[in-house]
Amino acid sequence: MGTIYIDGKASEADPKQNLLHACLSLGLNLPYFCWHPAMGSVGACRQCAVKQFKDAQDTRGRLVMACMTPAAPDTRISLQDPEAVAFRAGIIEGMMLNHPHDCPVCDEGGECHLQDMTVMTGHDYRRSRFPKRTFHDQYLGPFVYHQMNRCIQCYRCVRFYRNYAGEDDLNAFGISNEVFFGREQDGVLKSEFAGNLVEVCPTGVFTDRTLRRHYTRKWDLRMAPSICGHCSLGCNTTMGERYGLLRRVVNRFNSEVNGYFLCDRGRYGYEFVNSEQRIRAAQINGAPTSVTEAKRRLSSLVAGGQQLIGIGSPRASIESNYALRRLVGKDRFFCGVSDGEWERTRAMVEILQAGPARSASLRDVELSDAVLILGEDVTNSAPRMALSVRQSLRQQSFETTQKLRVPLWMDDAVREIAQAKRSPLFIAAAGATRLDDVATATYKAAPEDIARLGFAVAHEIDAKAPEVPDLSGEMRELAATIATALTGAKHPLVIAGPSCRSISVIESAANVARALCDNGHSAALSLIAPACNSFGLALLGARPMSEALAAVQDHGDATLIVLENDLYRQLPAKLVDGYLAKAAHLIVLDQLGNGTTAKAELLLPAGTFAESDGTLVSNEGRAQRFFQVFVPEDGIKESWRWLGDQSWSSLDDVLSEIGTEIPRLASVIGAAPLSSFRIAGAKIPREPHRYSGRTSITANISVVEPKPPDDPDSSLSYSMEGASIQPPAALQPFFWAPGWNSIQAVNKFQSEIGEALRGGVPGVRLFETSTGGGYFDGIPNPFTRRTQEWLLLPIEHIFGSEELSAHASSIAELVTEPYLALNPADAAGFLAEGKPTVVEVAFGGLKQRVPLKVLAELPSGLAGIPAGLTALCGEELPAWCRIERAS
Amino acid sequence: MAYLVSHPDEVKVVSSRFGKGAASIETYLALDGYSSARKAIELGSDGIIAEMKASNLRGRGGAGFPTGLKWSFVPKQSAKPKYVLLNGDESEPGTCKDRLIFEHDPHSAIEGVIIAGLAIGARMGFIYLRGEYRYLLTIMERAIDEAYAHGFLGKNIFGSGIDFDIRSHTGAGAYEVGEESALMESLEGKRGIPRIRPPFPAVVGLYGGPTVINNAETLATVPHVFRIGAAEYAKIGTERNGGTRLFCLSGNVERPGVYELPMGYNLKKMIYEVGGGIAGGRALKAVVPGGASTPVLLPEEIDIGMDFDQVGKAGSMLGSGGVVVLDDRVCIVEFALRTMRFYQHESCGWCIPCREGTDWLKKTLTRFHAGGGVAKDIDNMRYLAENIMGRTLCPLGDAAAMPTIGFLKKFRKEFEDHLDGKPCAYAEQGDAALAPA
Ligand SMILES: Cc1cc2nc3c(=O)[nH]c(=O)nc-3n(C[C@H](O)[C@H](O)[C@H](O)COP(=O)(O)O)c2cc1C
Ligand code: SF4
Ligand code: SF4
Ligand code: SF4
Ligand code: FES
Repeated sequence: MGTIYIDGKASEADPKQNLLHACLSLGLNLPYFCWHPAMGSVGACRQCAVKQFKDAQDTRGRLVMACMTPAAPDTRISLQDPEAVAFRAGIIEGMMLNHPHDCPVCDEGGECHLQDMTVMTGHDYRRSRFPKRTFHDQYLGPFVYHQMNRCIQCYRCVRFYRNYAGEDDLNAFGISNEVFFGREQDGVLKSEFAGNLVEVCPTGVFTDRTLRRHYTRKWDLRMAPSICGHCSLGCNTTMGERYGLLRRVVNRFNSEVNGYFLCDRGRYGYEFVNSEQRIRAAQINGAPTSVTEAKRRLSSLVAGGQQLIGIGSPRASIESNYALRRLVGKDRFFCGVSDGEWERTRAMVEILQAGPARSASLRDVELSDAVLILGEDVTNSAPRMALSVRQSLRQQSFETTQKLRVPLWMDDAVREIAQAKRSPLFIAAAGATRLDDVATATYKAAPEDIARLGFAVAHEIDAKAPEVPDLSGEMRELAATIATALTGAKHPLVIAGPSCRSISVIESAANVARALCDNGHSAALSLIAPACNSFGLALLGARPMSEALAAVQDHGDATLIVLENDLYRQLPAKLVDGYLAKAAHLIVLDQLGNGTTAKAELLLPAGTFAESDGTLVSNEGRAQRFFQVFVPEDGIKESWRWLGDQSWSSLDDVLSEIGTEIPRLASVIGAAPLSSFRIAGAKIPREPHRYSGRTSITANISVVEPKPPDDPDSSLSYSMEGASIQPPAALQPFFWAPGWNSIQAVNKFQSEIGEALRGGVPGVRLFETSTGGGYFDGIPNPFTRRTQEWLLLPIEHIFGSEELSAHASSIAELVTEPYLALNPADAAGFLAEGKPTVVEVAFGGLKQRVPLKVLAELPSGLAGIPAGLTALCGEELPAWCRIERAS
Repeated sequence: MAYLVSHPDEVKVVSSRFGKGAASIETYLALDGYSSARKAIELGSDGIIAEMKASNLRGRGGAGFPTGLKWSFVPKQSAKPKYVLLNGDESEPGTCKDRLIFEHDPHSAIEGVIIAGLAIGARMGFIYLRGEYRYLLTIMERAIDEAYAHGFLGKNIFGSGIDFDIRSHTGAGAYEVGEESALMESLEGKRGIPRIRPPFPAVVGLYGGPTVINNAETLATVPHVFRIGAAEYAKIGTERNGGTRLFCLSGNVERPGVYELPMGYNLKKMIYEVGGGIAGGRALKAVVPGGASTPVLLPEEIDIGMDFDQVGKAGSMLGSGGVVVLDDRVCIVEFALRTMRFYQHESCGWCIPCREGTDWLKKTLTRFHAGGGVAKDIDNMRYLAENIMGRTLCPLGDAAAMPTIGFLKKFRKEFEDHLDGKPCAYAEQGDAALAPA
């Protein structure tokens, strides 16, 4: 830290940062457009101008761009200097020459950075007497709406899309004051992160297309902090509701997890909450029934003397799983996923608990400088991580940048210096991945060979790690290259996960991380979990499903309780049919109708993330709490409430009981403050201070203003009134500050720009590095392809493979049709010249007809089907299958 | 094709081979061609740079940066390949000299690039021509082929053991890519938007390698420096302004054309003697001394020597050597409008003061000249131009602002006379006055 002087006042500033960063960190209001805390400075908008003085004697000074000037010690600047003030107002005036000023009909209105900055600079009168320029708008797909006339040409969108997210179908076209931002032609944006444009664009050019269908201004939204449940990363979100409809999801800054960005599955998956498939009322044998009746039936079934068998869920909260486990007894609580998945999940948890490598947060991923990915297409299995991996590729080039004394925030210059230099990234996967374009080398192979490569890398690094027998020269060479890259890095990272359905792949990754750590490298390990709370469930503990069958069979009259889990997606259909038929009674709690709910005797409507509170454990091992955004219609309740003990009066009771009963989850209660938490005696309002219609919102039903609902479970209130100071980070319902109505108000809540919120980092980490365990030695034999059979593997898809988000209407538009993929040579035997071909896949007595798809990068001998998207999705894969051309 | 003019006061150095068929390598060789490159090989890097410094040659691209000094900034050791770029984007209105080099003496440009390459230890040079000079590309490419055929380019040039290659490339019609860093972006196939400095091209330039970029005339002059000797060359010009310069005399003069005159040559003399005075014996109204971006001079201000320092002292710039002469029939408002139309059209669109400021200025000037101006427009134009000056990312903004401020300062009355819907009292023949004589 050094001292800089701003308008005569001495302040602390980080000399490694620029003056804009310094001013904003100090809480000052300095307007800006092109600078972005995660993307640095490029000096395009000239909005952040300040007056800089050479020394204390200099009274004339000169205008400089704050975002382009280092906050070097003893720098003297003035924000209030009349020339600077006038220049900044002039910049807004320039933008407003062509901006349509259509705030009342613009979706950005009320949370627009351009509005905020315009008010901040005081530009309020149009002097120009000329007409405004207009553009054509484009269709950009189901997520992002385009209204180009509003563009102020700050270049943020293309910088995010091209430089940060690495996709190329959005660009700037033309010159002078006709620069157009869009695609070469109308069409769906290719990037899985396109939705971030909505927040990156400071105006209403790119807005949320789904919000548009049920539009509500930010000030009219009831909002709560939530955790994305559509993969295992646990990105922090803010959900917004009005009139009982979930309206949208926006990013909620968490310095350790998602930072400023979400993936499109996470941003747009929310609409499943409003889906037609929602179970909104309890049903008995398919007929709707009242809550009272449902409760009565539930108690009578539970108390009925039959053996209770509970099936938990990796997508339900710790609290709900615990409530079921408690109800049925821990010996009769089963995990709800296939034995294979359960084994892999538990192995991952054990590996992360044992250390020695640190379980990587997304921030760790971003800061790593050499990455090995084993068996994952992260963009499709843990999407937000791909964005972090892309940033990590810049790390090694920063050395040169620093040697040339160019500050890291000087974005264009830093990229110029880096040129094509990227930190090493090696990807071994069973097919193409969306990061292949930036990989140093890729290795396409069957799971066995991916694992062998991983084991070989570990052995290269540390001779004590088991050696891979019969290693080919080629693989040894690749392993040596990878080992050299990882050991040459300051912060090497290994990423693996369950996509290959192979425990060996996971164990090989653990060996690499261990080999690095044991040899003095500070390595991190990131293991992707199959679902948003897989790790939570594993920590809670449950019995494997294969034992559940025996339990059901042993007690012909068992009552089966299935928690938020479509068993047909987890287990072979035949097996599930068997369980369900053998149980005397079937109770199902879920959110959307599915194969399992269809068979329920008693079906109970479970609250979604938006309608309930609970805790999820992310792949990092971070326990994070999500909070109810709105009180659902009568009947819908948190599963833990349906199943819970009568003595529980709030979530706190559940959490403290979990803490006592299950010591390894004792710290979970600290993921967020308890419901008794108050700020100066007040709760934290979910509604912004400008929330409108409070007194009349239900006037069509009754003119009496209803009493706002109570919330016994959290310290958030259903009100506009309450605590006015910054709450602890986990309870931050939205970002809004005086003069800062857009999401960029987050500046006002951070300890330093881009760093942790002043309220802390949401969540608690459950895995901290320790030094247990040893090397795994279960090295598989090499894959040998068969002549008449193919090894069938699932292929993850960001849109479609996850159950709930696939029900969101915007995402549904992008879900791929089912297919069976083969590599070109393997496919040749089945292709009917040029015509779309349908094949029949057969394995384990099952047959399925699917269109054949040719995938160039799929290794020969493998066949792929989209995960979660065919009737085969519950089968245990990989499996050898036969393929025939369907007649 | 341009025709050539001449005047006894000319000192023909760069233009010494113009009109002699030197585009053919045989002629070029007969006229001492490629002897300088051989000398340079003997001198080696340090020797070349010392010679260049002694010549006092300053960049002819506009800014007048000392060439030898520029070359000395390139680090000796570099992990990345080094490059020499010849900036032949010549697009500043009023400037038309580089094209004569490409047409009449392309080998001198090639030889200059080779010598620059030897100086900095580059193995590769690029000759970048503006898009509209496509017709000169054929000449240039033929010359490059000839140089390869003679072993002056390629492997082991001149038997020295050194390899050196040259490729030519054309722009796509944007003025902004004449700016050195935008040119590099363009050459790399990207949008022609300037880069942030530091890092400077000498350290991180084309494809991230250390790069020297010079104007075509600068590089074409280099072989002559070695031919006649640095000291001799320096002697031709004035102090710190070595040698000669190709002045592009245009507008309302009797004999417009490109004249090679010693640095420091008197501007008034240039117009009245070299150029034969104002066409048709009319009165002089104003002179733009160094290309459209330089502030205008009044008749009483033109008794100055044409070198970087003296023109600077007179409140304008020597710029790219484009001297535009305006007679009393020219309406300054219309001239300001033409100038602004160009810069507005060519703003790359990156930063707001330039992008929006030039557009507002263009629109105001258009309406103003058409009789729709109001009094406060005048101050607003001044405000807009001053809001651009020194506050944009690259000097194109300044290029648009400087002449505008000049016109408004020196010809305010002319603007005022356009107010209240009065018809333009100046442009006697409208556009015709600005057409070539
Ligand atoms: C907007 C703009 C346009 C320019 N156009 C040209 C040009 O067409 N030709 C040129 O040689 N230099 C041009 N320059 C100057 C170059 O940036 C650079 O200074 C020059 O090529 C250096 O060569 P020199 O040192 O030989 O003068 C331009 C500069 C700016 C800011
Ligand atoms: S579309 Fe938005 S982000 Fe892109 S340049 Fe325009 S205003 Fe900036
Ligand atoms: S990466 Fe995962 S947790 Fe993050 S927004 Fe996307 S689906 Fe949600
Ligand atoms: S001053 Fe003009 S040409 Fe230069 S970067 Fe800015 S907009 Fe582009
Ligand atoms: S924010 Fe500083 S120039 Fe745009």
